[in-house]
Amino acid sequence: MNERDNSITTRDLCLWYGKFQALINVTINIRHGLITSLIGPSGCGKTTLLRCFNRINERYGYVTTTGEIKLLNKNIYDPDVSLIELRKSVGMVFQRPNPLPISVYENVVFGLRIHSDRKPARSELDDAVEKALTEVGLWNDLRDRLDTKATNLQLEQQQKLCIARLLPLKPEIILMDEPCSALDVEATRAIEELMLSLKGRYSIVIVTHNMAQARRASDECIFMLLGEIIEHARTADLFLNPKNPKTAEYIEGRYG
Amino acid sequence: MISRRRRYEILSERSIETLIYLCGISAIIFVFGICFFVFREGLPLVFKEDTNFSLGKFFFSTEWFPTSMANKRYGALALIVGTLTVTILAMVIAVPFALGATVFLSEFCGGKFRETLKIVIELLAAIPSIVWGFIGLTVINPLIIQVFHVPVGLNALNGAVILALMAMPIMVSIGEDALKAVPDSYREAALALGATRWQMVFRVLLPAAKNGLLAAVLLGVGRAVGETMGVLMATGHAVNIPFFRDDGSFNWGWMFESVRTLTATIAAELGETSQGSDHYRVLFLIGVLLLSITFVINLTADLVVKGIRKQK
Ligand SMILES: Nc1ncnc2c1ncn2[C@@H]1O[C@H](COP(=O)(O)OP(=O)(O)OP(=O)(O)O)[C@@H](O)[C@H]1O
Ligand SMILES: [Mg+2]
Repeated sequence: MNERDNSITTRDLCLWYGKFQALINVTINIRHGLITSLIGPSGCGKTTLLRCFNRINERYGYVTTTGEIKLLNKNIYDPDVSLIELRKSVGMVFQRPNPLPISVYENVVFGLRIHSDRKPARSELDDAVEKALTEVGLWNDLRDRLDTKATNLQLEQQQKLCIARLLPLKPEIILMDEPCSALDVEATRAIEELMLSLKGRYSIVIVTHNMAQARRASDECIFMLLGEIIEHARTADLFLNPKNPKTAEYIEGRYG
Repeated sequence: MISRRRRYEILSERSIETLIYLCGISAIIFVFGICFFVFREGLPLVFKEDTNFSLGKFFFSTEWFPTSMANKRYGALALIVGTLTVTILAMVIAVPFALGATVFLSEFCGGKFRETLKIVIELLAAIPSIVWGFIGLTVINPLIIQVFHVPVGLNALNGAVILALMAMPIMVSIGEDALKAVPDSYREAALALGATRWQMVFRVLLPAAKNGLLAAVLLGVGRAVGETMGVLMATGHAVNIPFFRDDGSFNWGWMFESVRTLTATIAAELGETSQGSDHYRVLFLIGVLLLSITFVINLTADLVVKGIRKQK
């Protein structure tokens, strides 16, 4: 396999919340341009692993990490890595849609505003908003309501907006933590379609509890259990003939 | 036997309920009682005939000579201006500090240090105002004289510094609650987009918490308006509108002028009046005025806070 195909690789990644070890020797290769889903029962460390990739876990003072994480072949714990640049190139979508309590427009350009040294031109921002909203399929619905407070939108729109606000920063990787768990069936389908349309340009890692969703939407699948990686394979392989009996038990719905 | 016991239980339950009810409404009774008392003592003067007092003069005259033998005058304008000057100046000093302290407490420090800091700030609130008065007299007074090269250090600035220190704790603790009420998901949203902590504070937290912070400031203002002993000792106690010189030109050194506040006037003069006299009643009118001001401020703060709850 070519080195350049990897977008996220970890080696012997361990993470402790205080004394509790939540990740145990995680070693994975997540391939570039694909949708990779992280599955596993509740509390197995999916969210924790995802939050390592943009180092947002470090918000909590009591977290310790050891091991190596490379994004696009760059170790993100190297001293010369800027947290700001890292987070600019790794977007994150949260479980509960969390648009900021400002207008739709300002939500989309938030990233541009905080990352540009000079004041961005109005036309530049306008273009970015139209482009990003078009890409997530919100432009037609919201073009006349760009001043609405984003927290007043429907949940589905909020979640799409949360994806849209990543795009102006041209991220390489998008991390999604159960992006559909607060949404209904229709909205879930819409988000999945959106993911498929974004695939290729971005590497997407999605945490999901929904087996059907993992099967429908992802190219590769990683099964975790109690902080460890049990199996990582192409989605079809993992679901049709899992190598590890624990994987089989899980996807047959025996626990979690 | 059984039935008697039941009756006893019912009775005791009833009496406890009544007791709790009384405790609950006692606060209301006290507030109304105090209002009633203050109004009863003050208002008769407004309707009294053959007196030097008039409402117009009370609000618009600066001549406060309540003990003059020949010509008693009751103009409270200078006192009102004194209170406003000291309060506003105090807020100008306190708000930036309180805001900084609030943000630091809730976003930039954690664990033990934060708890310690909170305790210290609460201690600040527990210092009796007379002690602040001492500090005004013996610490800030010479400090102002030295730093600004002015003849007296007992002036509006001195009072304002003291009020600022006294109002800070309540502003910080209410303000911290306001920041705490901002959902963590907003912080994560901003950080995950690559915002620095400062950007997160200025672009997300402060706007999101602005109502709560406003309420914090208002409660601080309420505290400052009502404060008496500290300002009585620190402001120099001269009935004086600080903004104009004798020739009518604007006085740029207004913060170094001695002033007197509404509260200090009551505290200093009430003991020397005879009950029921005009002077006595006008001091109660000042009390009515203070009550109204603090009532309006607290009500506004309350509505602002309610506004926050509704938004959620
Ligand atoms: N901030 C935290 N502090 C302490 N422990 C935590 C924290 N976050 C998660 N944990 C613990 O780490 C383990 C992994 O949690 P994590 O949230 O990563 O699981 P998950 O697989 O995402 O679960 P779910 O499917 O319920 O979202 C759990 O046992 C959890 O209790
Ligand atoms: Mg999770």
